[in-house]
Amino acid sequence: MSESAPAIFEERKDQIARVGEGSFALACNRDSLAGAVSQRACVFCGSRVVLYPIADALHLVHGPIGCAAYTWDIRGALSSGPELHRLSFSTDLQELDVIFGGEKKLARSLDELIPLHRPKAAFVYSTCIVGLIGDDLAAVCKAAAERHGIPVIPVQSEGFKGNKREGYAAACKAMATLVGTGDTGGIPRLSVNILGDFNLAGETWIIKDYFDRLGVAVVAGVTGDGRVDDLRRAHGAGLNLVQCSGATMDLAKIMQEKYGTPVIKVSWIGIEDVAESLYAVAEHFKHLDPALPARTAALVRDELAALMPRLKELRRDLEGRKAAVYVGGAFKAFSLIKAFRHLGMQVAIVGSQTGTEEDYRELAAICDPGTIVVDDANPLELSAFLKEKDVDVFVGGVKERPIAHKLGVGFCDHNHERKIALEGFVGMLNFAKEIHASVMSPVWRFVPRREKKEVRP
Amino acid sequence: MSVATTNACKLCTPLGATLAFRGIESAVPFLHGSQGCATYMRRYIISHFREPMDIASSSLGEKHAIHGGGPNLKKGLLNAMQKYGAKVLGVATTCLTETIGDDVARLLTEFRREFADLPLAELVHVSTPSYNGTHMDGFHDAVRAVAEQLCTGRVPAHGGVNLMPGFVSPADIRHLRSLCRAFGLTPLILPDISETLDGPALLDYAPIPSGGTPLTGIRAMSGASASLEFGRCLAGRDTAGTSLRDRFNVPLHSLGLPLGIRETDALVRALEEISGRPAPDKLQQERGRLVDALVDGHKYVSGLKAVVYGEEDLVVGLCAWLSEIGVRPVLAATGARNRHLEDRVLEACGDLLREKPLVREGADFQDIAEEAKALSPDLLVGHSKGYRYAREWNVPLLRVGFPLHDRFGGQRLLHVGYRGAQSLFDSLVNLVLDKRQSDSSVGYGYL
Repeated sequence: MSESAPAIFEERKDQIARVGEGSFALACNRDSLAGAVSQRACVFCGSRVVLYPIADALHLVHGPIGCAAYTWDIRGALSSGPELHRLSFSTDLQELDVIFGGEKKLARSLDELIPLHRPKAAFVYSTCIVGLIGDDLAAVCKAAAERHGIPVIPVQSEGFKGNKREGYAAACKAMATLVGTGDTGGIPRLSVNILGDFNLAGETWIIKDYFDRLGVAVVAGVTGDGRVDDLRRAHGAGLNLVQCSGATMDLAKIMQEKYGTPVIKVSWIGIEDVAESLYAVAEHFKHLDPALPARTAALVRDELAALMPRLKELRRDLEGRKAAVYVGGAFKAFSLIKAFRHLGMQVAIVGSQTGTEEDYRELAAICDPGTIVVDDANPLELSAFLKEKDVDVFVGGVKERPIAHKLGVGFCDHNHERKIALEGFVGMLNFAKEIHASVMSPVWRFVPRREKKEVRP
Repeated sequence: MSVATTNACKLCTPLGATLAFRGIESAVPFLHGSQGCATYMRRYIISHFREPMDIASSSLGEKHAIHGGGPNLKKGLLNAMQKYGAKVLGVATTCLTETIGDDVARLLTEFRREFADLPLAELVHVSTPSYNGTHMDGFHDAVRAVAEQLCTGRVPAHGGVNLMPGFVSPADIRHLRSLCRAFGLTPLILPDISETLDGPALLDYAPIPSGGTPLTGIRAMSGASASLEFGRCLAGRDTAGTSLRDRFNVPLHSLGLPLGIRETDALVRALEEISGRPAPDKLQQERGRLVDALVDGHKYVSGLKAVVYGEEDLVVGLCAWLSEIGVRPVLAATGARNRHLEDRVLEACGDLLREKPLVREGADFQDIAEEAKALSPDLLVGHSKGYRYAREWNVPLLRVGFPLHDRFGGQRLLHVGYRGAQSLFDSLVNLVLDKRQSDSSVGYGYL
């Protein structure tokens, strides 16, 4: 098939496809292949990333120390107030706890931490081992909630019970116990919840600012700049805007069923997607506020007027270059492909950890012929694809970065740890600057793959 | 001490094992557990070294947790062998597989038998339940497992030395190698991450980075003229060094991590003894330059109070070094337990300590912060995770060890030997000067 074939495991062949080579089909949502160094994480990781930004909750990881240590202050999820989410709490289970059970230690830990930090709620994460030793998390949490008078919510996130998606579901289930318990008085009808955005580098604030300017109230960030009380009254909002659909769609569905809250899928990345998302909100509310579409159009116009000239400058250098995209969820890949087109760049490789069949089919539909589409990739595959397609820049997360850099390929971190806002119109400019800064660096002249090219006759 | 752990000052056991296995040539670290463990550790390690860190996993799911992880372990080993071309597979367990009771030793024996027709990789197995010990236990146990399981026969004496440096930086390992060579000795460094976690840019992605302790060298450790093993807190433990001594009579020199003048002097004396050669002039010069620098800079740091935290042996070494330059370690803390840290710190500092520091084992950062309140330290010495406290207390943090997630070049940080002491001292003095300068309204141009 290609020179990268030796890097591909037989069992994974149908999880990789090339656009334009026959009818498109991609297998996905499988367990990761043992021994293949998957870039995926676990159920716990899925729950932890979704709930992490809730800044006034206590996040207690019930298990041995690793799971808490590796997620300490891990995301650049900013808070405008409390920052309890940036501390790492663990029951740090020891051998005796594993033998005799960890329930007492968990209860005592809650008794110690809740009075000390006075959180609005506590999330108690189950880890692999808790699922095995049979601690009754729900009972311990219930008793602690009664003792302390705050919600203490078990998150059933045993690592081995699937991949990140099951973790998202567990997180949504946990949040759903809060939604509907608060007073919705004073919430205007023209109001939304922002779901699936985590306020990395203040991104939720960028989106919130648009809604402030449009006169649409934001009730809850789920979970960007998240607060327990906001979640409690989130059912009072007129509309749920769901980005990163894998992570929070379950909550939106629960709210739709229980409270009738309508849902719109959005993306805050790129140009068209941001504009379309805002227009969709305007369309939804225009029966309440007929002038909203016009105000939205004006906002988009103003933003674009500021953005486009600067983008044009950057595009001059980037035109015709190639990119690879490997991200957690597929929604981001869609937006990034479109964003790269504004830079005159082609996405030659696209993949995700947890995309669905439908995601991949839709992705393939907007990709250029020859584009490699991959589900649940690993370093061997990614490096082979990078080399084959000779891309200039790779967009991914921390685990992908050394693969790109080792091969002398530029890189843009589009994951939890980013410190630069990449959402909204200003985010598109930041993104373009990031890509430009990486691609245009003179260091590539010295890396082997470019050195070799230059001496070619 | 509190029941819950807040901001841990340790990492989990298998992480240390994966780091040790990364230092073996043609080896793939392999975690028997759920996928998340491998991925989290990779991310954590990559953020420090900025290098690929591929850790294979048996990726256990729910059905495996119930019926046993054996089939996935075997499948994973085969895949890692065939696609990665691993010659050595370092298998570490996790809390999941320890708790479901997978007998990994037996599974590996079965694997060897079932696939006897294939050119099999060497399999090393270490038990690393994360509910027991810290990443340093995982590290040392993995090193011992490598020595015990791969060096099984006596070989003729070859005059080389075995060096088990513990978890030090790639730059440290490079320096230790040249130190040994300066005495005419050929060191076999186990593990050796000097290239595997600090390698060059490449044309092709290396499934396994080049470098690492060669398998042939490991097999020949039994014929070395001596072993050097660093870490005062290893006293009384079974280690790679004691195993080689007990099985093959390889004389063992147990030393402290060579931080500062005196711990390095001890290493130099051991190298003199093993090689029968005096320390070369070049080394004497390095020491002389270091002493000269200490004199030149002593007043900038004299009397400062430092909180030192991190891995037990690093803490001991740092205290030894700080006590030499007139900085008072007022609190020495580690997340590890039962390491006799207090005795080891006192031993290493000797008569240079005017007051005993508070020493805490099993500490998290909340404990450290609570103790530190009454001590009003001028300085923090340790890895990146103390930054939040340095910022809160408005004191400088001298970043050393692992992880350095908020600075560049952690893999090239030199700690050991006279040169390491020099580089740490320069960094410390400059840190103090930087703070003085930025705190002062005058804006002094000479300091």
